Amino acid sequence: MKKLINDPHAVVAESLAGFGAAHGDIVTVQGEPQYIVRADAPVEGKVALVSGGGSGHEPLHGGFVGRGMLDAAVPGDVFTSPTPDPILAATKAVDSGKGVLHIVKNYTGDVLNFETAAEFASADSIEVRSVIVQDDVAVQDSLYTAGRRGVAGTLVVEKVAGAAAERGDDLEGVTAIAERVSSQTRSMGVALHAGTVPYAGVPGFELPEDEIELGVGIHGEPGRARVPLENADAIVDKLLEPIVSDLPYASGDRVLLFVNGMGGTPLSELYIVYRRAAEVLAGKGIEVVRSLVGSFVTSLEMQGASITLTRFDDEMLELWDAPVHTAALRWGC
Amino acid sequence: MALDSAWSREWMRRAADVISENRAELGALDREIGDGDHGENLERGFHAVLEKIGALDGDATPGAVLKAAAMALVSTVGGASGPLYGTALLKAADAAGDAASLDSAAVVAVITAARDGVVLRGKAESGDKTMVDAWTPAVDAAGKASEAGKSPAEVLRAAADAAAAGAKATEPLVARKGRASYLGERAIGHRDPGAQSTSLLLAAAADAAEAGTGGAEAGAGAADASEAD
Repeated sequence: MKKLINDPHAVVAESLAGFGAAHGDIVTVQGEPQYIVRADAPVEGKVALVSGGGSGHEPLHGGFVGRGMLDAAVPGDVFTSPTPDPILAATKAVDSGKGVLHIVKNYTGDVLNFETAAEFASADSIEVRSVIVQDDVAVQDSLYTAGRRGVAGTLVVEKVAGAAAERGDDLEGVTAIAERVSSQTRSMGVALHAGTVPYAGVPGFELPEDEIELGVGIHGEPGRARVPLENADAIVDKLLEPIVSDLPYASGDRVLLFVNGMGGTPLSELYIVYRRAAEVLAGKGIEVVRSLVGSFVTSLEMQGASITLTRFDDEMLELWDAPVHTAALRWGC
Repeated sequence: MALDSAWSREWMRRAADVISENRAELGALDREIGDGDHGENLERGFHAVLEKIGALDGDATPGAVLKAAAMALVSTVGGASGPLYGTALLKAADAAGDAASLDSAAVVAVITAARDGVVLRGKAESGDKTMVDAWTPAVDAAGKASEAGKSPAEVLRAAADAAAAGAKATEPLVARKGRASYLGERAIGHRDPGAQSTSLLLAAAADAAEAGTGGAEAGAGAADASEAD
């Protein structure tokens, strides 16, 4: 294992210390317990948004804390959900009395720890709502599994709901729009090479040189199938078809096309993926009204990518375009 | 020994030991069908449990000891197993109430409450290849042993044996909850790590109860328990 680290067990704490030092104008990083909040938290009169989960997916979620997006992010150990304590502490730190929305990726550990923290917060008279993001179409048999996972689409939910909170929507309103975005969002990913959890020291899974994992999760969990490596266009087609047919997205729909890198894929390759995806969508009469390309929801240094589509209505589009000022996403201000 | 304060501390001490001894094995089981951190997370959790119950009054009831252990696990374990074991022990503590020691019927009530807590939190059913597949056979076996007039220690042993068999019986199953569920048929042939840790924890409870049944050993057990303070 070759990594730019000091101590495998200090990766999260040292990385957070650096994050706080680099972006002190936007965020404050708290130590015991560990969480990241907007530097101006709590924001008076605003519904607060809290997300979190295992570390290793940076910039998700800490990179999305700031004006127009999250009020707090709670990072756990690498690929391990945070416990209820820091989630509760972050929830208390950002609550201005208008209530708090938890945005949770559908992984059993995240769901159970956020649920427990929400119960504690309610006991402290903080109003908490939760939205579970489950955009990963790779999980087919969702009745017989823990359900569809929350992956890159989480970014879209956090951005749009964050803008709704910033314009002054109440907790019911922010929750409703988060659920609406979630319901219009679908994703699927592919892995070419696994990432290595620092304290584990070995890659999360082994893929032969000529095979890819189609439908991989953001911790390297298996997807639909292991298939032979093909060229980029063929792989994009295999990712896009299950996404488009799932909602389904249809001719005349206006969508956000988000091509996400898993941490170890060059931007040049992500644009090759984007090129083909845009071409296929155009052929189906689906209008790409906004785009996002980059490594935003990663899996350490995993080589691979995911494609996310969100069907926008006028309001969602307006909220997507609203000003955002975070470490990883900034526009309009 | 009577299932009193000293027993509950001895149970937690033995649980911490057995989790440490099996950390690598639990991690290996978890790597097959999960993410490989089950042993490490539980070891960290039970280390915190020992610290927390060490700070309790010497005459803390079994219920109070279990409650302190529950809060320590919820706060330190993370993943799915933190809330699951935390809720299990919290409900077990409620069932134990203020009793200074537990009789056979109370042991059944405690194990049943723990199982119900796991089901409430995780929403898994029998056969989903989760820790429920160790807890539920343990509840059934404990109930039968109690009805047959067995001692509290014998009831615990029956529960632990049934949990071990239940954990083994998860091997041929397809998982329907938790991260292993994404594997589909690829999970077949692998034992569920949560069911395995449940069987270890119940075995620790039975071992702790049996440790003090002989005269000389009773003294040793009490000495061990006071060390945990």
